[in-house]
Amino acid sequence: MREFSWIIPLLPLLSFLVILLFTRENRKLSSAISIGAITIGFIYAIGLLIRQLGDNSEFEMRFAWAVFPTMSLEVGILIDSLTTMMLVVVTTVSMLVQIYSLGYMHGDPRFSRYFAYLSLFTFSMLGLVLANNFFLVFIFWELVGLTSYLLIGFWFEKKSASDAGKKAFITTRIGDMGFIVGILLLSIYAGTLNYKEVFAQAAGGVIPTAALSLAGVFIFCGAVGKSAQFPLHVWLPDAMEGPTPVSALIHAATMVAAGVYLVARSMAIYANAPTAGMVVATIGIITAVLAASIALVQNDIKRILAYSTVSQLGYMIMALGLGSFTAGTLHLLTHAFFKALLFLCAGSVIHAVHTQDIQFMGGLRGKMKITFWAMFIASLSIAGIPPLSGFWSKDEIVTSTMGHPVFMVLTLLVAFMTAFYMFRLIFLTFFGTPRDQHAYDHAHESPRTMTMPLQILMVLSICAGWVAIPWLKEGYSMFVYFHEPEAAQPHYLIMLVSSVVALSGIGLAYLVYYKRSISADALATKFKPLYTTLYNKWYFDEIYDRVLIKPVLALTSGLWTFDNGVIDWVVNFFGKFTVWVSDVKQWFDVHIVDGAVNGLGYTVWSFGALIRQVQTGRVQLYGFFIVFGIVVMLLIKVV
Amino acid sequence: MEISLAHYLALAAILFGIGMFGVLTRRNAVGILMSIELMFNAVNINLVAFNRFVTPADFTGQIFSIFVIVVAAAEATVGLAIVLLIYRNFRDIFVDNINLMKW
Repeated sequence: MREFSWIIPLLPLLSFLVILLFTRENRKLSSAISIGAITIGFIYAIGLLIRQLGDNSEFEMRFAWAVFPTMSLEVGILIDSLTTMMLVVVTTVSMLVQIYSLGYMHGDPRFSRYFAYLSLFTFSMLGLVLANNFFLVFIFWELVGLTSYLLIGFWFEKKSASDAGKKAFITTRIGDMGFIVGILLLSIYAGTLNYKEVFAQAAGGVIPTAALSLAGVFIFCGAVGKSAQFPLHVWLPDAMEGPTPVSALIHAATMVAAGVYLVARSMAIYANAPTAGMVVATIGIITAVLAASIALVQNDIKRILAYSTVSQLGYMIMALGLGSFTAGTLHLLTHAFFKALLFLCAGSVIHAVHTQDIQFMGGLRGKMKITFWAMFIASLSIAGIPPLSGFWSKDEIVTSTMGHPVFMVLTLLVAFMTAFYMFRLIFLTFFGTPRDQHAYDHAHESPRTMTMPLQILMVLSICAGWVAIPWLKEGYSMFVYFHEPEAAQPHYLIMLVSSVVALSGIGLAYLVYYKRSISADALATKFKPLYTTLYNKWYFDEIYDRVLIKPVLALTSGLWTFDNGVIDWVVNFFGKFTVWVSDVKQWFDVHIVDGAVNGLGYTVWSFGALIRQVQTGRVQLYGFFIVFGIVVMLLIKVV
Repeated sequence: MEISLAHYLALAAILFGIGMFGVLTRRNAVGILMSIELMFNAVNINLVAFNRFVTPADFTGQIFSIFVIVVAAAEATVGLAIVLLIYRNFRDIFVDNINLMKW
């Protein structure tokens, strides 16, 4: 059945085309086509996973697409344990988010187009996961970027939404530039872009270590952009301008994980180029700490989750950089479910109270039971409370930092902050007294299409991590691994420490935001510089504006002036000069050339007019000429 | 003074010249036809004169001139018929005015 796996991405593509071309007018049919396509893909992916669990071998299909003398560009699919894991994650979350969107986007004037975009995204993401070479993955990489742009700016009437779309597109483009440089480096040194061939060369030491490190860092640039890592993380919080299901699907569970997937896929490069691996790990932990610290003080429910996403992605990247393939991908798996769930819950809350500011929420627990429980479970999961899925993956990540004390301390710090900000969110949203009575009165539980995905994801948020319980003989690490399968070892100390850290984070949030025995305002006043810095997101947007955007704009306006003043003047001068030359030539043409031609004609004509006099048409005159001629000739003869 | 061949030839030349002058100068079609008759007759005189003075034993010149007279008569008939038709169509027999075929 693996030969036909290309059908998984193909169905959403067909659905996109059909909706766009034929069924746009029919909202019900459009959404049904889109959900139907992804559901078939989901079932197929589950089938593939079962198949792969039975026989964990690699399967590759490749076709030459463009053959050049030195290298050929290929299309193809590669199926192994990582691919099937990703396929299941992407199709599951996509399917649930699309069902959820039925309720959330209900009444939107561009309902059908929304589903078309979601289908296009699903196609691109599944293609990215299935691709068997760097060239093809780059194509899908850009396609997911495009759909991300389209969906962030879906409500483009809002200027902030269209701006956010542009910001996301341009920021990720910076990373993609590095990605393509990395691909070119690989093509130069390896002479091929096929994953397996490149990795075989990397492992065999065919590629010089320096070049391999450089290529690894450049490829990581792409992941930095797409997975919103420091210093290109600024686009993801703004991307929350898009519809919330989009945030859940693209900007939490799947697309932003593409960077992590890419690093995981390229593990052979980082394993053989330790410098590049260290760069990856450092960027990852910086991002994790930075984003988690920002999330502590934000008030917009979606932005908190966005920074949480950035921070968790930093976790995964760090784990991969430190060489723990299993930890990074496992966290990708569990994070996809609980973060999608968090976003969908946030969407449900926003749907109910029509605000995103947690300062105006509160006490919603009784009114939205399913949403509350789902969000509560997801928060426990992300905070890393056993035995929820987040605990097991976070545990793996902490384990991966063994031997790197700095990383370990920072990882635990992030875990603490994560638990704190998630429960700050929970307490402010669902507990206490309503701070906006009007919004509270209107709040209601969301429709069935929205709560059903929440319940399914809730189950997944609890159970997905169980595949990696260290006491299992055939656990996750025996299925998804790099090089050699390695049974996970339970580290009781780490389990204990991380649980304690998570619980203390929750406890602090409980004291500050539920019991109110520690005043949040007092803390904010006491650490005012720190609070302001965090509240303003470490001033990244301002710094980029000052250091990059303003100078670039100044440069461009300077260049524009140069263009306008100098280049245009020269061009216009040559234009005018040419006109003048043409005028001279026209005068010459009219008077000299035409004059010569006309003069010749006139000369011939007037000579003809003269000669014509003889041709009277009088036969008698002609006869006279004949006779006259004969007489003259006779006279000449005689004389 | 005996009349010699030269006299006949001179007479014929003068007659021919008068005929030619008529052909070239007359505007009247009938006049032109008459002048042509003069030229024929000048030729006939020549033919008869040469027959008399050069080969008196034969009658070839005289027979030839009889042919000329017969043909000329036929020619005059056709010519006058054409002139008559022209006159009927144009009410005019001045050759200058009959320029239907002139460009």
